[in-house]
Amino acid sequence: MNETVIFEESRNGRRAYAQAPAAVAALDLPKEFLREVPPMLPEVSELQVVRHFTRLSQKNFSIDTHFYPLGSCTMKYNPRVCNSMAMLPGFLNRHPLGPIEQGQGFLECMFDLQEMLKKVTGMKGVSLTPMAGAQGEFAGVAMIRAYHKARGEDNRNEIIVPDAAHGTNPATATMCGCVVKEVPTDSHGDINMEALKAALGPNTAGIMLTNPSTIGVFERDILDVKKVVNEAGGLLYYDGANLNAILGKVRPGDMGFDVIHMNLHKTFSTPHGGGGPGSGAVGVNERLLPFMPLPVVGKADDNSFCWLAENDLPQSIGRLSGFMGNAGVLLRAYVYMLMLGRDGMRRVAEFATLNANYLQARLRDAGFELAFPDRRASHEFIITLKHQAKSVHVSAMDVAKALLDRGYHAPTTYFPLLVPECLLIEPTETESRETLDGFVAAMVDIAEQALTDADGVRQAPLTTPVRRLDDVLAARQLDLAWKADK
Amino acid sequence: MSELPGDLYYTKDHEWLRPEEDGSYVVGITEYAQAALGDLVYVELPDVGQELDENDEMAVVESVKAASDVYAPIAGTVVAVNEELADDPESINTDPYGDGWIVRMTAADGVNLDDMMTPNAYQEFLDELEA
Repeated sequence: MNETVIFEESRNGRRAYAQAPAAVAALDLPKEFLREVPPMLPEVSELQVVRHFTRLSQKNFSIDTHFYPLGSCTMKYNPRVCNSMAMLPGFLNRHPLGPIEQGQGFLECMFDLQEMLKKVTGMKGVSLTPMAGAQGEFAGVAMIRAYHKARGEDNRNEIIVPDAAHGTNPATATMCGCVVKEVPTDSHGDINMEALKAALGPNTAGIMLTNPSTIGVFERDILDVKKVVNEAGGLLYYDGANLNAILGKVRPGDMGFDVIHMNLHKTFSTPHGGGGPGSGAVGVNERLLPFMPLPVVGKADDNSFCWLAENDLPQSIGRLSGFMGNAGVLLRAYVYMLMLGRDGMRRVAEFATLNANYLQARLRDAGFELAFPDRRASHEFIITLKHQAKSVHVSAMDVAKALLDRGYHAPTTYFPLLVPECLLIEPTETESRETLDGFVAAMVDIAEQALTDADGVRQAPLTTPVRRLDDVLAARQLDLAWKADK
Repeated sequence: MSELPGDLYYTKDHEWLRPEEDGSYVVGITEYAQAALGDLVYVELPDVGQELDENDEMAVVESVKAASDVYAPIAGTVVAVNEELADDPESINTDPYGDGWIVRMTAADGVNLDDMMTPNAYQEFLDELEA
């Protein structure tokens, strides 16, 4: 059944008790602020609302119901306790404009979170203020630019990005007023050093890297990369997209990175992928400390916790959010890290890597082609279906859709762009061997169906609330918002 | 794959370039490139008059699968762009060597087409990719 937009269920005068207007008018509001027409809200009963959103939630393909090996997204289980603790009344009811002495508990948590993130990344300072991964990236590159400007090298506006990078990297560089220079990846998945050297010059601002990279392998030449980029006067930016793979094992600070953004909503326990609140906390080394975005939680002389603001960091790139990031996401990350501890962090990386390598080996043995067969996977790996696409005309997208029918969320498709007909698979540390075996069985089943009934695979999915959508038409004729005048 | 047009020059990034009688050059992307990208939904074009170095980003083609840069095969100046692509990006899919052309440009001094691939060389290059 198609679910209507809730506005279409609206009937004049119908209302939910929980949202009934106050019996007494709000007398203390100045008259000029009172609205003349009622807000356009759906008029529906409480039961209608409950049923509408429950039905919608049942259509969700989510980590709560299904294996979700969406490479590069780290769709891992977020322990319920992290949310319970972040929802404690003392946190929920704290007003960000309240007196600072009444928010000391929250500030202490945030101070400790900053300290823990410094330890696990090997950086010298952390700011929690960016509200999403993209904002964290923006803050990182903005700091690199501010650093060069402060040294009288405003000409340095070229950012180097490997061709395997997330699309957000070149977008971030462009948003910061930089020019993007792309360098290729070699056939083993490492950055092409000769091309990198050729791309460096007097205008180099820095390089943006993910390590392990988006093709799921560790960049083995990272120390050489650092050497040549530093020699050219550039800084190194670490995209924290794949931090899950190295937690407690390798620190970006030790690899020589100057700045890192972390997707706390991804690696540290907040459900994500739906565009909800995120956190792109940034870590910096010594030379970028003065440029951190504000505010940062500090410790006053009397050991109480305080906000560090413009007076403390006059060279800061500024503020990126009304207060300090998304408090709920930060609290969940804090609880998650406290519960894991140092050993737990290491286990995250070990099991994420073990699961990926197990899945990679089993799929390879089942006849699937690995994109980088001579490399050990980090936390994710790529298979390519280019031969199936040619021989039986079953594409990566067809296989992805067929997985939905078998109860598995599709891996990331057609990314990274440099591998044709690819699936980027990331099982994460929280899946059991039985689940991984079930996924392999589903993939084998689809491969067999592709040989005997390719049409059937191309028609998938058959069991989902909506069948194959026309994504081309949807992209050409965007229609995203419901309008009342329809 | 269908035969490659014989009057064009090709690049490793799958652009083609056709010398015109008036001395200008028309540039587009190849059949192989459009097939790899899939149905195009958006094309970003350069400004007329823009000066380009060889390998500069000249246009962006976006499909539901991917967004990809189109690079200038030679140094020169943009003299016309295919405005039709704004409403009809799929003409690159249906007719990559004809209605799906992207840019018309004049060459800078000293441009040498010998660095580009002939149809035979490009076909060999494609065969290697497919191997």
